[in-house]
Amino acid sequence: MRNLKYFQAIKEAQEQLLQNDKNVIIMGLGVNDPKGIFGTTKNLHKKFGNKRVLETPTSENAVTGVAIGAATQGLKPILIHQRVEFSLLSIEQIINQAAKWNFMSAGEFNVPLVIRLIIGKGWGQGPQHSQSLEVLFSHIPGLKVVVPSNAYDAKGLLVSSVKDSGPVIFFEHRWLHNIDGIVPKKLYSIKIGKAKILQKGKDITIVSFSEALIQVLRLKKILKKSGISAEIIDLRSLRPLDKNCILKSVKKTKKLLVVDNSWKSYGVSAEIVALVAENLGTLKEKPIRIGIKEVPIPSSSALAKECYLNSEIILREILKLTKKKIIDKVKAKYLKQLSLKETDVPYKDFQGPF
Amino acid sequence: MKNLYQNLFEKVYKIRKIETKISNKYKEQEMRCPVHLSIGQEAVAAGVCQSLKKNDKVLSTHRSHAHYIAKGGNLKSMIAELYGKETGCAKGLGGSMHLQDKKAGVVAAVPIVGSTIPIGVGVAMKSISQVKRKKFITVIFFGEGATEEGVFHESVNFAAVNNIPVLFVCENNFFSVYTPLKDRQHNKRNIINMIKSNGVSAFSGDGNDVLKVYNLAKKCIEFIRKHNKPVFLEFKTYRWLEHCGPNWDDDLGYRKKGELDKWIKNCPLKKIEKKLSKKEIFKIKSKIDNEIIESFNFAKNSNFPKKSILKKFN
Repeated sequence: MRNLKYFQAIKEAQEQLLQNDKNVIIMGLGVNDPKGIFGTTKNLHKKFGNKRVLETPTSENAVTGVAIGAATQGLKPILIHQRVEFSLLSIEQIINQAAKWNFMSAGEFNVPLVIRLIIGKGWGQGPQHSQSLEVLFSHIPGLKVVVPSNAYDAKGLLVSSVKDSGPVIFFEHRWLHNIDGIVPKKLYSIKIGKAKILQKGKDITIVSFSEALIQVLRLKKILKKSGISAEIIDLRSLRPLDKNCILKSVKKTKKLLVVDNSWKSYGVSAEIVALVAENLGTLKEKPIRIGIKEVPIPSSSALAKECYLNSEIILREILKLTKKKIIDKVKAKYLKQLSLKETDVPYKDFQGPF
Repeated sequence: MKNLYQNLFEKVYKIRKIETKISNKYKEQEMRCPVHLSIGQEAVAAGVCQSLKKNDKVLSTHRSHAHYIAKGGNLKSMIAELYGKETGCAKGLGGSMHLQDKKAGVVAAVPIVGSTIPIGVGVAMKSISQVKRKKFITVIFFGEGATEEGVFHESVNFAAVNNIPVLFVCENNFFSVYTPLKDRQHNKRNIINMIKSNGVSAFSGDGNDVLKVYNLAKKCIEFIRKHNKPVFLEFKTYRWLEHCGPNWDDDLGYRKKGELDKWIKNCPLKKIEKKLSKKEIFKIKSKIDNEIIESFNFAKNSNFPKKSILKKFN
């Protein structure tokens, strides 16, 4: 088996999909530029031509409509925005049109469209380049929303998103792009709507997704050394949500921590806590959810770090729920590591900008 | 075989007659959805669609009945949709503002102003994609209000840059609901020049004369088929009834006194009727009248959709 970075896994999935299915096309501002959407589309137009890897005008709204129209006729467009925020210019097309065409045509038309949206974080990106807006889309019947946290899932979920009758909103966090993982060469799909238990445990259920999950996973060793048996769930899809997986786990552990990628209010964590409250009643401890501070994210790193989550905050909440303490030796060894509190750069040698 | 005048008359008459029937029967409260009737504006749909082939495609707006009928959409399914029945063209899920007939090439209609314009361009993109080249052209109908939307200009530019075989058809009826042009557009604005500056051919014509519409549209459609390039057409026309609903609304006073009468005198139906003999007219009218009666009977006798249909989309 070989390792690929998350961005390479996305590129490979797209390349194989373009190769295997003549209906697949890629569209977006910057798909054919020298950097090719953070490397994810780099040089694909040289292999498949600039009609199938289509550079577009700066017209997010129209381009989304074009992709929808093409999808209704059997093409399978992958539309890309370099930041989630640009897709807001096309929200009418996404919510009123893409999500409704199958319904309003009583099933006559499918919209096999994938929209790749990239979430930013850190390095001063500020109020309009760092939002994690997946709940806006997850609210809408007719849309599917996936949020892969690692390279393997990124490839598998992108493949199933393109093969789906759609439309699917595919969220990728910029900080995940450079993380390695084992990725098979062959084209494989991962079922949309299935969560994954990354670690079995009995003391507490931790539910998370996308980049927030990485911050949870950094705590694995500390938890293990401290005798905390945590069950860690990666949601992978937000709509449809794998309710069974969550309920089954919380039924067992009776303790729930949801680590959101975004603001808590009306968010993914709200949905999950409500799901558990409606179905399981009283737990051993009141569920806890954490997310980013309920303000727009400021640019200055001094202020931004007050807003983003970090692993230390997550650990604090785990200890609250499990009523356990970290052994001093473990604390000394792991907690002092910078990475636990890092919110400005994705990895140590990063020199910016994104 | 029917000649051109007969064909055009048949289309205009059919639209007029159906819309009048809907207007008359609306008070029965069985068509429980908004209706935006096309009375007065029939010639644009009829004249443009006359040059289209079955596999060509059209997209429309909230005021979609005329385009659906002119393109050959199934009449029974349309009326059943207005009655919210399971035999409707969208099985009762869409209503009057979401008419579609895939077989006839009526892709869709939506009420969000301007929204089908980019989608139509995307539909047309299929025709030139490298996949299974099945050539067709796509016509997108919209009102002049849509030309005030950013997405319209984005779409024209996209179609120009990518050589998309699409015909943009603007029906200028001078009002966006009740709001007149003078409150919405600068009096020096010239839509034809605006479009031309995108590198797209654009023409303006009389939207109440179906023969003129036909001649202009035919030239443009032939050009699009040959050159795979977009063209824009504007037709000036006028809505007789209220924006939404079955009634006259001139008493509201939002239109200049006498303006409506002037347009009624310039009736699209009367104009084309003059080209035919009484015998021809009688023959076409009887056929259409029967078809319409059958469609309403079909709709009324159909069942409402079962609630299980919602499960499919859950």
